[in-house]
Amino acid sequence: MIKVNNLHKHFGDLHVLKGVDMNVNEQEVVCLIGASGSGKSTFLRCLNFLEKAEGQIWIDGQQIDYKRDDLNDLRQDVGMVFQHFNLFPHRTVLGNVTEAPIYVKGVNRKEAEDEAMVLLDKVGLADKADCYPSELSGGQKQRVAIGRALAMKPKVMLFDEPTSALDPELVGEVLSVMKQLAKEGMTMVVVTHEMGFAKEVGDLVVYMDEGNIVEQAKPDEMFSNPQNQRTQEFLSCIL
Amino acid sequence: MEFLQALINSFPIFIKAAVVTVELTATALVIGTIIGLVIALCKISSRKFLNVIANGYITIIRGTPLIVQIFWIYYGLTSIVVLDGFWAASIALAVHNGAYIAEIFRGGIQSIDRGQMEAARSLGMPYSLAMRRIILPQAFRRIMPPLGNQFIIGLKDSSLAAFVTMEELFNISMRMAASTFKDIQFYSIAGLYYLLLVIIFTFLVNKLENKLSEGSSGVGR
Ligand SMILES: Nc1ncnc2c1ncn2[C@@H]1O[C@H](COP(=O)(O)OP(=O)(O)OP(=O)(O)O)[C@@H](O)[C@H]1O
Ligand SMILES: [Mg+2]
Repeated sequence: MIKVNNLHKHFGDLHVLKGVDMNVNEQEVVCLIGASGSGKSTFLRCLNFLEKAEGQIWIDGQQIDYKRDDLNDLRQDVGMVFQHFNLFPHRTVLGNVTEAPIYVKGVNRKEAEDEAMVLLDKVGLADKADCYPSELSGGQKQRVAIGRALAMKPKVMLFDEPTSALDPELVGEVLSVMKQLAKEGMTMVVVTHEMGFAKEVGDLVVYMDEGNIVEQAKPDEMFSNPQNQRTQEFLSCIL
Repeated sequence: MEFLQALINSFPIFIKAAVVTVELTATALVIGTIIGLVIALCKISSRKFLNVIANGYITIIRGTPLIVQIFWIYYGLTSIVVLDGFWAASIALAVHNGAYIAEIFRGGIQSIDRGQMEAARSLGMPYSLAMRRIILPQAFRRIMPPLGNQFIIGLKDSSLAAFVTMEELFNISMRMAASTFKDIQFYSIAGLYYLLLVIIFTFLVNKLENKLSEGSSGVGR
């Protein structure tokens, strides 16, 4: 579903990604871990073409070329959930979810709203449809953000530390929505340090260090018996 | 008392002049707002040549006096195309205000969290659609106060159109002053009309602001 080959990213002189390779199969959940500044967010942003990078990326068999004029269409296949939610504050919850289907895909409003209500129901927020984001808790905002991304019927979902801006008691509700999604077979790449989540639904844990993937393994193996010394040090810090 | 008498007697002339001032200002500010938006978008564009155009425009306009710009258009442009005083003054005022409005728009757009554009793009929205549906509506609420302020400046600056034969408030007061030698009186009357127009305008802007901030409370992240 996702294939990345020798991906490099520079910010001026800063070499942030140093030849990343990755393969994510359909229905797989990959958890990306690593120290702050190691390039996890940058990598996810490249997968959604928010950053231009050198190297090859394929999404569902289609190779990304920044010159393609159907980049926006390709982007619809890749949903993204951000650490700080990035909901549209001037739209209601329902408006947030229907915005892209109506204005990008051209779905008629009625149909888009019906589908949005199904999604909101799924993330447990159907009763908040007419609220504005400022009236929601962090956990609720993030669940709306997940619903908003799902509304475009993506083939892949990317999550960039979806729970790290949340109060501890709100983390669970977001994770359970994500677990549900994983169980339904969504292909997911998740930057997270929630080890419980990784163990329960993760197929693979990938450790990134200074722009390189230095180790990847099944969650159990990764957490109980990391091979690489850097990984060991990192895990001993967060476990 | 005498002032009051003059105010009443000159009412028919001044009200006509006030209408000209309002027409001139409204035309200039509508065009100026469009220019401002376009220049602001050029300035934040990733295309270098658009940045250069926007910066050049803003530098030249902000760096030269409005009266010089009005004369450039009135005497300069009219030697190429036929322009009456109204359009020469409107265009000059539009071009002038456009530079300041551009900076207001740019500041407003850039004050919107980067995450908003990213979220919109990640949903497959093209840049222009994301700008129109997501960024500008949020930016617009924030720029209402400085934009209203610039419009007030624009209204008062329209008095310089007096020097290209426009029979607006200031022009009329100059004439009345010259023919009666009662300078203070007639310039004060003109001032009073401007003051009144600004008060009415401010009232309307405040109403609009209140209306815009209904609904979504706490615009921000
Ligand atoms: N737009 C940018 N311009 C310049 N440097 C950037 C930019 N975005 C990220 N960087 C740099 O790239 C490096 C990797 O950043 P990135 O955000 O990908 O790290 P991360 O692994 O997600 O960290 P964190 O856990 O703190 O989110 C950092 O050194 C960061 O300063
Ligand atoms: Mg990050």
